[in-house]
Amino acid sequence: MLHIKCPHCGMRSQNEFSYGGDASVKRPELGKEVTDQEWDDFVYNRKSLRGKHWELWQHLSGCRQWIKIERDTATHEIFNTLKANEEIS
Amino acid sequence: MTQSFRLENIGMINRNKKLSFKFNGKVYYGYEGDTLASALIANGVHLIGRSFKYHRPRGFFGAGVDEPYAIVQLYRNGETEPNIKATEQELFEGLEAKSVNCWPSVNFDVGAINNFLRIFLPAGFYYKTFMWPKSFWYKIYEPFIRKAAGLGVASIKHDKERYEHKYEYCDLLITGSGPSGLASAYAAAKNGAKVILAEDKSRFGGTLLTSEVNIGNQSGKEWAESVISELKEMPNVTIKNRSQVFGYYDHNMLVMSERISDHLPQTKKFHPKQRLWYIRAKEVLISSGSIERPIVFGNNDTPGVMLSSAAKEYLKIYGVLVGKNPLIFTNNDSGYETAIEFQKNGINPIILDTRKDPKSELVDEAKNLGINIKFSYVVVAAQGYKKVKSADIAKISEDKEQLGTVESVKCDCICVSGFWTPTIHLASQSGNKTKFKEDIDAFVPGTSKQNETTLGAANGTYTLEETLKSSFETGHKLSKEITKNDNKISFPNVIEKKSTVHDKFWCVPLPKGKNYKRFLDFQNDVAVSDIEIALKEGYRSIEHVKRYTTLGMATDQGKTSNLNGLQLVSKIENKVVPAVGHTTFRPPYTPVSIGAIVGREVGKHSKPTRKSPMHSWHEKNNAVFVDAGVWLRPRYYKQGDENLFEGSKREAKNVRTNVGVCDVTTLGKIDIKGPDAAELLNRVYTNAWLKLPVGKARYGVMLREDGIVMDDGTTTRISENHYHMTTTTAQAANVLSHLEYYLQLVWPELNVNVVSTTEQWAGAAIAGPKSRNLLQKLFPKSDVSNEGLPFMGYMEGDLFGVKARIFRISFSGELAYEINVESDNGNFMWEKIIEVGQEFKIQPYGTEALSTLRIEMGHVAGSELDGRTIPYDNSLEGLLSKKKDFIGKRSLTRKAFISEDRQKIVGVIPLDKKTSIPEGSHLVKDSSAPLPNPKLGYISASCWSVEHDNPFSLAIVKDGKNMIGKKLFVMSPLKNKVIPVEIVSSHYVDPKGERVRS
Ligand SMILES: [Zn+2]
Repeated sequence: MLHIKCPHCGMRSQNEFSYGGDASVKRPELGKEVTDQEWDDFVYNRKSLRGKHWELWQHLSGCRQWIKIERDTATHEIFNTLKANEEIS
Repeated sequence: MTQSFRLENIGMINRNKKLSFKFNGKVYYGYEGDTLASALIANGVHLIGRSFKYHRPRGFFGAGVDEPYAIVQLYRNGETEPNIKATEQELFEGLEAKSVNCWPSVNFDVGAINNFLRIFLPAGFYYKTFMWPKSFWYKIYEPFIRKAAGLGVASIKHDKERYEHKYEYCDLLITGSGPSGLASAYAAAKNGAKVILAEDKSRFGGTLLTSEVNIGNQSGKEWAESVISELKEMPNVTIKNRSQVFGYYDHNMLVMSERISDHLPQTKKFHPKQRLWYIRAKEVLISSGSIERPIVFGNNDTPGVMLSSAAKEYLKIYGVLVGKNPLIFTNNDSGYETAIEFQKNGINPIILDTRKDPKSELVDEAKNLGINIKFSYVVVAAQGYKKVKSADIAKISEDKEQLGTVESVKCDCICVSGFWTPTIHLASQSGNKTKFKEDIDAFVPGTSKQNETTLGAANGTYTLEETLKSSFETGHKLSKEITKNDNKISFPNVIEKKSTVHDKFWCVPLPKGKNYKRFLDFQNDVAVSDIEIALKEGYRSIEHVKRYTTLGMATDQGKTSNLNGLQLVSKIENKVVPAVGHTTFRPPYTPVSIGAIVGREVGKHSKPTRKSPMHSWHEKNNAVFVDAGVWLRPRYYKQGDENLFEGSKREAKNVRTNVGVCDVTTLGKIDIKGPDAAELLNRVYTNAWLKLPVGKARYGVMLREDGIVMDDGTTTRISENHYHMTTTTAQAANVLSHLEYYLQLVWPELNVNVVSTTEQWAGAAIAGPKSRNLLQKLFPKSDVSNEGLPFMGYMEGDLFGVKARIFRISFSGELAYEINVESDNGNFMWEKIIEVGQEFKIQPYGTEALSTLRIEMGHVAGSELDGRTIPYDNSLEGLLSKKKDFIGKRSLTRKAFISEDRQKIVGVIPLDKKTSIPEGSHLVKDSSAPLPNPKLGYISASCWSVEHDNPFSLAIVKDGKNMIGKKLFVMSPLKNKVIPVEIVSSHYVDPKGERVRS
């Protein structure tokens, strides 16, 4: 079970969180014309990386904030956690 | 039966407490403090089971967790449990155990014929032998194997015992209470660190209990006892015996299984049987020690052949002789310790040492005691079938290839020591890449991967002084980093006997003309010849050799077999052992009971149960409940002996003719506040929300980004910047997360807050033509006329002194309202509605009537919004705004979603107007078409229409818009039904929607 540092609450067990997918995906702006390819990339196409990966988690049974976590998908090492409004550098 | 192998004056058992027990139906006696194994050996019982493949007789090989043979079926307090190691099971009064893997009995075992047919059962025999002819598999091989194989029988009864889970945090978790565990725990505890010390046996101290050593002028045992009693008094220390740390997971999470009651005749009241600990440790000290390795020789699986350290443990801890005529076969000094213990207790052993001329204190002591030692000697083969009767021994040449003349010596046990293998399982599980240590012929942990440090014998350090020193230092250093304390401990003076180097000899060659089985894996019957075959057949990777031969795959996970297997592969392949590598160590280190893993979360405790504030009223009024997600909801209120069909029909009919009331507390409710609340709703829902006036409700549909319908419900504008959203019962949690996702990550510029208020409001829907009359009486001060409170209107009211919210919304197609009050007033509201409603013939209705009412009016619900349908499929396309963008809109232009013959919701009536249509049935054009019959759609929901008094269903059908009026067939292969049907509109009741507006 992972041990995740919520930027709002501190170190908490994985079972308080739910996984929310790739954090680098950006939703196209509302009302903006997008091609089928751009839309498919947003809705469906994801890389299955081995290694460092920025991903979204929600602290569901805690502060209910969505947070960003940089995790190694192979070793589960967590390098960094950010609040929702903090940009991935 | 007398305990003829029990000694008088040695051991740590309680001789004042004699216990009786049964093995294979026969009564024996032992003492408190015995294991089942020690008690059986005391009684001279060495035949305990049969081996897995060849059904050869099996005795005892070890004295603890490493035991590969002595597995029994245990009977305790009316329950039975398989796969119990006799070497770990503590004796209690009335214990019963039986042999496994033998049929019909341990003494006469039909499967043992495999032993004589073993030429047909070499490595990979499962893959090869039983391949042909195919029909033989089902008729002959499989039934035979099923009857003959296995390690016991799992009970199919409900387990009455309780198992618990516990979460714990600590600074240092120390796994094992031998010298390294005690020393490091003591140093860390003195520094104020929060320490958990876990010991899998009942007694603390590990090898200190059996070693002839001296620490600070105390014996090893006395020193261990004094350290333990001091640790027990310290508030920052938790020490647990009978507790095995079996798994090392991510981020320093370890799991430990504590056997609280397994050693008692029955579990004490209010106690669990076992407890599973999830421990998050800042630092982990692995002090799991080492396990003695066997030396491989002919018939080395005969009962009576066992590890020399086990023989010593039986002697010193249990006062039990494993034999009265022992032969010690060793390649190192450890065998001498066992021999000396025998000699001290009046038994004359013979030592066979593979070394030519070892010089050490222990060897000298043995010589001085006059023990018969034969150097450069080996055991060629054990003789005897159900117990060792003699050993064939021979001198071995210096290159260890040639055997001299084989002689026979009488003996009743052979105690083997092939040196020591560090127990590195936990370190390896943590991700540590192990390294091979040449001088001890074994793998030890390499660079730490997580916060783990391996100490003492587990790290390949075999002298006590070095072990204690490094363990004190490590415990002190790690605790200092955490607590910042610096309490130094003076290092005690250590006296131990110095050993000399071991001989890297591990396998005795076969004498000319003999073809003895030489076993590597004792539980899975893997012999040297099996590995040779696997390599001959081209298997190279150790992982493949393991799977083909099943080496190390038994429940003991190869604790005694792995290294000798590797030695053999490396020898045949002409590689060094580290180049062969070892197989992966996976948790659990020892078998863990399913009960402990599951814990309390069984039966109705597997999930929480949520009840509405009106639950007790429902109970008192004969509600039959149904699970709706985690909620319990009334399905119908039983009157007399009516069944579900009759009851729900009565309730639904009463709604259509009079008025009914339904508990709708379970609906998800989300409070939405903020200046941008309308904008959020406008983006989340498919229809327009910016112009909804205060005091009005609107029905909305929300999509996922892929265009699939996520949920539906009404949202009401309570005040300028305040909305009350309702969701379906099932999707409440997901919708809240969905809103939070967009507010926090996608549109953080929106000034809106959302919070769940599902549990804050109790809800009652009142529906039926007389519902307004009822409402007027409930709220005499409010104007609830059609003008005062029109369809989709909202107002607040005073319900006999209780503040209430009144929504004019309908799920049933009738004139209907929903009343919300604070949860604490829910039961008050409900009782008032029932009381006042009497004159209008009110009846409560459950979820079954609720379904009937919504189905016949064609209102979609969870069975249509099933995560596969878009708005069009549900005839909700009228709610799609063309003017604005919303979540999922772009996906609706996908090709499949706009195809001309896209699926759509329809109504279905059986032609005979009598036959009920099973939900989930398929719709086909031709009922006698050959399979696979092309499917046009499926029945999503069925009811008995109370309006028309015939069956009615909803279906989602390909090209639904052009199917109205067509005749099709419903097929349910599961229920073996074929029903001719007609397709009609999904709005079977009041298609113009006049009633809700009346
Ligand atoms: Zn948090």
